[in-house]
Order: sequence, then structure tokens, then C-alpha cells
Amino acid sequence: MASQELPGRDSSAVAPRAEAGGRERERIDHDASLGSFARRRHRKLAVAALTTVAIALLPLVIHDVYLQNIIVLTLMYAALSQSWNILGGYCGQISLGHAIYFGIGAYVSTLLFVHAGLTPWLGMLIGGVFAALVALALGYPFFRLRGHYFTIATIVVAETGLLLMLNWDFAGGAQGIQIPYGPDSWAHLQFARDKLPYVYFALGFALLTWLVTFLIEDSRWGYWWRAVKDNAEAAESLGVVVFRSKMAAAALSAFFTAIGGSFYAAFVSYIDPDSVMGFQLSLLIALPAVLGGIGTLWGPALGALVLIPLTELTRSYFGGSGNGLDLIIYGVLIMVIALARPEGLTSLFGRTRKARATPQARANPEARANP
Amino acid sequence: MGLIYALIAAGLSLIFGLMDVVNFAHGEFLMLAMYATFGIFAATALDPVLATPIVVGAMFVLGAFVYLAVIRYAMRAKANIGMVQVFATFGLGITIRGLAQHFFTPDYRSIQTSWLAGHTLDLAGIFLPVPQLFGAVLSCLSFVALFFVIRRTDFGRALEATREDAGAVALVGIDKNRVFALGWGLGAALVGIAGSVMAIFFYIHPDVGSSFALIAYVTVALGGFGSIFGALAAGLLVGLVEAISATVLSPSMKAIGIYAVYLVVVFMRPRGLFGNL
Repeated sequence: MASQELPGRDSSAVAPRAEAGGRERERIDHDASLGSFARRRHRKLAVAALTTVAIALLPLVIHDVYLQNIIVLTLMYAALSQSWNILGGYCGQISLGHAIYFGIGAYVSTLLFVHAGLTPWLGMLIGGVFAALVALALGYPFFRLRGHYFTIATIVVAETGLLLMLNWDFAGGAQGIQIPYGPDSWAHLQFARDKLPYVYFALGFALLTWLVTFLIEDSRWGYWWRAVKDNAEAAESLGVVVFRSKMAAAALSAFFTAIGGSFYAAFVSYIDPDSVMGFQLSLLIALPAVLGGIGTLWGPALGALVLIPLTELTRSYFGGSGNGLDLIIYGVLIMVIALARPEGLTSLFGRTRKARATPQARANPEARANP
Repeated sequence: MGLIYALIAAGLSLIFGLMDVVNFAHGEFLMLAMYATFGIFAATALDPVLATPIVVGAMFVLGAFVYLAVIRYAMRAKANIGMVQVFATFGLGITIRGLAQHFFTPDYRSIQTSWLAGHTLDLAGIFLPVPQLFGAVLSCLSFVALFFVIRRTDFGRALEATREDAGAVALVGIDKNRVFALGWGLGAALVGIAGSVMAIFFYIHPDVGSSFALIAYVTVALGGFGSIFGALAAGLLVGLVEAISATVLSPSMKAIGIYAVYLVVVFMRPRGLFGNL
């Protein structure tokens, strides 16, 4: 029983999920109108393009380094959570151990850069591939586990990785590794003062993960993953290769999470096991997607947009003094969003769309105006 | 140590197994219980051993309150119920930790003078520290009491029945919220016992809970969700494995042994040692 509850059980097992994103798809099925399907996709692309341009222009207005820092972090967590969402949201395999992939990305690219002088761009790819391989190796035994047993297994593996890194002296042990400073260069992804290049890199990263999710959402894999999430046995009986679906989702998810790790290492130019492999990080990667809307295209970005600036601002205003006020605000915020909007923040938009889809609009698909 | 783990895990297992809710604030409950013991000790100089019943009572009230104030609403969610519960309790845990930091400051505290502290018992050449021994005995007693409550009382049966089918028990006049609130209270009270014992021989600070919480989740899963007996067995196993791997590997890597045992067990028995969920 419990094992099936965790991935978020939806009322309709066979029909697409009755969530914000699923609701659209359900209606599309009723319409069976390919024209409206294509239009919807174009609209999503247009919104993404506009958002990207708007964020790209943002640093022209915001010169403050601290605020630019928040923009970078927000974009990074949006991208990380988007990666997590591929496995956790679409495929329904709730991992709370994604920090291990993040840590692999951070350590592989950093070690290659520090010891072999390899550019982080290549290190990033190598780290990503390595993380994907680790995800496949772990997935092989793990995907037999269900629900909480799976989730705890992911936590346990990430914690094991953390302990190993803490005790591995070549990789800096508990002290971590400081990336030596060099002149500003795109090749080394190193900029001493300038935050702007990081903003654009993070933006590109977030856009990339969004695009991948966008492309997959309506592909065969996307439908397979959602079928696996809703009811693995039913999906299997209909010919979905459940195990391979999970493996593919895990590898893709791990690859992008590791890229995020490499980027983070280059961004802060110092890594230690606790900051790139800790349990808190695993939760932080999952949190935006959960708060924004698990298994939705916009959820992770929306969740990160609300969560990260709030966290950073409360931390800088109330934190530091050690009086715990920042923790209280952060905790209450998470609790309130989780309780008030269990479907995630994207459901706020879904609701208005539903309200507009009056009976007349339902009868006439053309009348359904853009939200 | 194993019995203490078992006790912490039993509280978690009770909440999880009987109510299908993972309490990610469990470590914070433990931390609060330790602070409560310390607070009573600091304010009234009452010995921690005598303070235990007061702490347990307070934790019971806290657990019931948390259920009524937060968890009741989390269980009402229609979509993503698992994640909502995880993050509602996770948020609660952070809030409690923040409150503890705010009111108790992040300083480390400890109880130096207790009747038991510093004494060791010489049992045919094996030296046993008395506080740990006291904890072990108390844990055993708690387990006996817990089995009795779950198996032999109307409340225990109501708890299991409510988990099986909340709608059906409503028909026979059992108030679901009341039963679950009592269940949460009981789960928190068990952590209260563990906390008040541990306050004697551990440093107390706002983050103390998180280090035990993870081990507690692993213990519950190892024993199998929903099985109190599993939690007891797994707790003993975890305590033993920890002691062995601390000497075989190194003290800083001792948790790896526990994790490895968990992985091996769930690969062979995907529902833990005694799980039935």
C-alpha cells in the first residue's frame, strides 16, 4: 500500500494524469485535434523564449552583484530540479539522493581541472557521463524497490558517497578542494569578479533542461514514464518496458544533475563533501519541483523562482546571527506551500484555465483563449 | 546503543507503519526531548532519571498537537500525498530546529551530574557504562509496554483498524483524528523516552536530531515498515553493525556498515526483515 502512495497516485490510472499539465492533455485527447496540440506546443515555446530573453536582459537592469548571485542560484536550482523532475516527477521514482550525482559532477570536473588542467567544459561532460553510468549501475538493483524502500536506498547511497569523499584524502577529504584562481576566461569558466558570464551559463543550462523536458514530455518516453508512474503493472501489461524506462530516466536525470554540480564548482570555486553531497542538497534539488508542481513542465522553474530568492533573502536578513529566524521562515514557508497547494504552484494557473474553460469553450475549442 | 536506536525507530515505525506517514521531523522530536530533559534539570536540578516521565508526557502532548495542527491537513491532500507529507514534516523539522536555535542558542550543552553518569558496572570483566545500561533497560520495558498497548488494548486495535480502513471505522464510531492524534502522541512519547535517556550521555544542540534521524529511517525500513517487532530487531542489528564497523573500518565510516546492511537486506527482502507493507 504505502509503496504505491509515494509517487503521487492519481485518480485516473489509464487516462493522462489529472494535474495541471495532464489536464490539458486530457482535453486534447477529447478534441483529438492535432492543430490545437501544435499550437499549444508553440505557445509553450514562445513563453519559454520570452522568459529567456527577459532573464537575459535582467542583468542590464540589476547591477548589484549580490542580486545577480541570487539570479544564478535560482536558475541553477531551476535546472537541477528540472533534472530531478525527469526521474521523480515524470517517472515517479522519488530520489532523495541526487546530491551524489551533483557531487560526482562537481568532483570529476574539479579534479580533472586541478590535476590535469582539463577545461571544465570537457570535465562537465565527463562528469555527466560518469554520473549517468553510476545511475545505471545503481538503478539496476534499485529499481526493484518500491516507494519508501527505494527513496531510503537513494538516501543511503548518497550518504555513503558523502562518507567516502570525506575520507578520501586525494580528493581533499573533509577540507575540500579550492580551485586555483587564474585570469578570467570562458575556457576555464573562471571569472574573479564578474557574475554576468555565470548568469548566462546558468540561463543556458536552465533553458537546456527545460527544452529536454519539453521535447520528452510529448515523446514516447514521456508517455511511458507517466504510465510507469501511474501504474507500473498496468503499463507493463500494455507493453511498456518498465525497467528500461526507469533506467533511461535515471541516466538522463543524473547526467544533467552532474552538469549542475560542475557548474556550481566553477561558480563558487571551492567544493567540500558536505556542500556538494550532503542530504540537505538532495532535498534542495527536489524541493522546487515539489513546491512548483511535481511532474509538470513549469513546476521546477516556478518553484525555484519562489523558493531560492526567498531563502537567500531571509538568510541575508535574518541569518548569520545564529538566532534561527531564517530557518523558521524557511520551514514555515515549505510547510505552508506543501499543505496549501499539494499539487504545486502551477496549479494556481491550472485553476484559472479551468475556470475559463466554460461549457461553451469546451464545445468550441477555438474559443479557448490563451491563458 | 542498539536498543536506543530501536526505541527511536519504534516511534517512527509506529507513526509510519500505522499511519502511512513518514515523519521527517522525528530527529527534531528527539532533540526537543533532550532539551526538555536538560531544561528540567537546569531549572529544578531534578535528576534526568526522574524527569523522564515528565518529558514523555510533554512529548505525547506535542505529538498529538503536531498531528492535529499539521499532519491532519497533509493527509487530506489529494495529489502527491507522499511528497506533501514528506515536505510538510520536513518543513516542520526545519521550523523546530530554527525555534530551538532561536530560543536555546546553538551552544552545546550537557548534563554533567546525574546519579548515573560516570558510573560503570563491572560484569565479569565487561565494563558497562551505567547510563547506557539504564537506557537499555528502559527501552526493553518500553517495548514490552508498546506491544501490550498495540496488541491488547482497544486503542491499539482501533489504531490498526483505522489504518486499514478509515471509512469503515467511522461507521463503528471511532474518530479517526482522535485515534491518529493519540498514535502520534505515542510515537512522540517513545522518542521522548529515548531523548531523556540520551540527554545524560550526549551533547545537546539544535542539530543533534538529524544525525540520529537518518539512522532511524534506515532502521525502520530495515525492519520493514509497519512492524514494531521489525524495528526492535533492526535496531539491535544496527547497533551491533555500527559497533563492528566502527572497529573494522574507522569510527568516521561506521555508518557505511549500516547502509551496506540495509542495501543487502532490501535487495534480498524488498520489504525489509519483517515488513508486510
